[in-house]
Amino acid sequence: MSAILLVEQILNGLQSGVMLFLMAAGLTLVFGVMGLINLAHGSLYMVGAFAAASIAAATGSFVLALVAALAAAAVAGALIELIVIRRLYARDHLDQVLATFALILILSEGTRWMFGSFPLYLDVPSWLSGPISLPGGIQYPLYRLAIIVAGLAVAAGLFLLISRTRLGIRIRAGEADREMIAALGVDISKLYTMVFALGAALAGLAGALVGAIQSVQVGMGEPVLILAFVVVVIGGIGSIKGAFVGALLVGLTDTLGGVLLPQLFALFLDPSAAATVGASLASMAIYILMAVVLVLRPSGLFGERA
Amino acid sequence: MKMTKLAALATATMLGGLPAFAEGVKVGMITTLSGGGAGLGIDARDGFLLAVKMAGRDDLEVVVEDDQRKPEIAVQLADKMIQSEKVDVLTGIIWSNLAMAVVPAAVAQDKFYLSVNAAPSALAGKGCHPNYFSVAYQNDNLHEAAGAYLASAGYKKPFILAPNYPAGKDSLTGFKRFYEGELAGEIYTKLGQTDYAAEIAQIRASGADSVFFFLPGGMGISFMKQYADSGVDLPVVGPAFSFDQGILGAVGKAALGVKNTSQWNKDIDNAANSAFVAGFQAEYGRLPSLYASQGYDTANLLISAMDKADIKDAAAFREALKSADFASVRGKFSFADNNHPVQDIYVREVIMEGDVITNKIVGTAMEDRANAYVDMCKM
Repeated sequence: MSAILLVEQILNGLQSGVMLFLMAAGLTLVFGVMGLINLAHGSLYMVGAFAAASIAAATGSFVLALVAALAAAAVAGALIELIVIRRLYARDHLDQVLATFALILILSEGTRWMFGSFPLYLDVPSWLSGPISLPGGIQYPLYRLAIIVAGLAVAAGLFLLISRTRLGIRIRAGEADREMIAALGVDISKLYTMVFALGAALAGLAGALVGAIQSVQVGMGEPVLILAFVVVVIGGIGSIKGAFVGALLVGLTDTLGGVLLPQLFALFLDPSAAATVGASLASMAIYILMAVVLVLRPSGLFGERA
Repeated sequence: MKMTKLAALATATMLGGLPAFAEGVKVGMITTLSGGGAGLGIDARDGFLLAVKMAGRDDLEVVVEDDQRKPEIAVQLADKMIQSEKVDVLTGIIWSNLAMAVVPAAVAQDKFYLSVNAAPSALAGKGCHPNYFSVAYQNDNLHEAAGAYLASAGYKKPFILAPNYPAGKDSLTGFKRFYEGELAGEIYTKLGQTDYAAEIAQIRASGADSVFFFLPGGMGISFMKQYADSGVDLPVVGPAFSFDQGILGAVGKAALGVKNTSQWNKDIDNAANSAFVAGFQAEYGRLPSLYASQGYDTANLLISAMDKADIKDAAAFREALKSADFASVRGKFSFADNNHPVQDIYVREVIMEGDVITNKIVGTAMEDRANAYVDMCKM
């Protein structure tokens, strides 16, 4: 395995990690601040992708499409919070799972009703398409590099938001003690709606960015949702830093595992068997990672709740 | 008042007890109309119903249900159709795992099964049955044709990949049956995987001269878009499953120039095909895909058998189906001994036609191809 291939795979792992972070950040915020398990997060990812695809088709502008994705997902998130989620805060986690699962089905069928059953077309804009030459003779797609940069920028922005702004203080206080900040006069309902909408906007942005290089279709959010939950568990519930580290870990393990494990097995098995065994183990790799983390640190790498 | 109600109820029961279609055929179509792979089922259903409509028969009733791509739901629907709807013929399943769950039980209960798409090797070889007919192909066919095309076109080091599930493994096995040269690499990806950056990087590093992949549905869309963006400029070959009309709309220009193998294309020159393509566009406002052509041919095969025999005489109906005496949109069509088609498999290229991206036939990969499992079928 050449150095160039390894570097390219590490970049791929980073890119996948950064997209996972956008999903996981919203999920962990909602769980940390509101104590709510939100299964519909994957559907918000899908809403963002569909909004971006339709705006891109209508206006031809990728930037407008991204803005539309943020707006549509945030609005969808706020609406869902006001209509459904609000009634679930006092309920058992199982009720929350049931209700948000129903939301998945409603949003999926709603999207199919609005947009049809065939996948939508969303493409990388021409000013971001094609490969770019990196130092060391590596050819890497410019768009994936842009995603890494965008994701890191969002991470930095979130960090600033959480640590330097009033909203951030309220969010951190809400994670620590929900009843206390309500007693101190903070408008909890508005805070919750804003946090939910923020998480939804992040998911929608991820959906739009990834939708340009994958397919925009109903049900695209569920596989990502599962990975996002794995990231949240590894990183610790409620911790943005944990979500970031966890997401990069999961992204790198998934990508490098998929590449290195078959090669490892090829050392002593024939190519076809090595490919099959390696591929099967690689798809288990991130769950094995999660199990190991849970054994060593039950509340996740940066989790605070016992 | 009470007497009138009682009389009305009695009359209704008597009328309800009469068979609605005394000599007709009732078809139960179980197909995927929702979820990620819905486009295929919708096309197959639309093709089938178009043929029924164009034939204008009043002795053919079709009941359509959605299996949601779930085997357990398909089994329940099949049970319902056989036992309560009392269908004579079942059809419609797109995915091979659902077919494996439904078909053996259905044919064991003396129903006919005409497959519009799924044709796994298990049902072509050891699991074959006189009541089971595949009208589309045998699953391996399009992959075999791709292998044959790559070999004849002079490529020496292809890189091949498919998802790690039975149809994916069948695909690479079928490919290697007709391409016997050196491989630059062979990868099984995760089923449902959407990010192929790692695989594309490996293709780049492997020194391959071409790429063959089988990645149906959303997986293929993702791969093609990422591949086109990566700067790896090797020629791509695949079966039609990743380059059908429904997918091309989502992939866009990234697919231009790709060669794919298919038993049907809209530019096959015969009267049946022209009528089909024109009729489909007029009825549904979109171009048909190969799944639509398969649904259309299945309905026409059934209608041709109804013209020759009565469904109540199973042996005669079976003979009528086997004789395949209908105008297929593919031109010449006949059944091999294990009830799978004998047909030509073409090579198509993805081109821009005006402002629509579509396929055009550029050659023939295999002529009069049956399948590799005829000898294993002891019918």
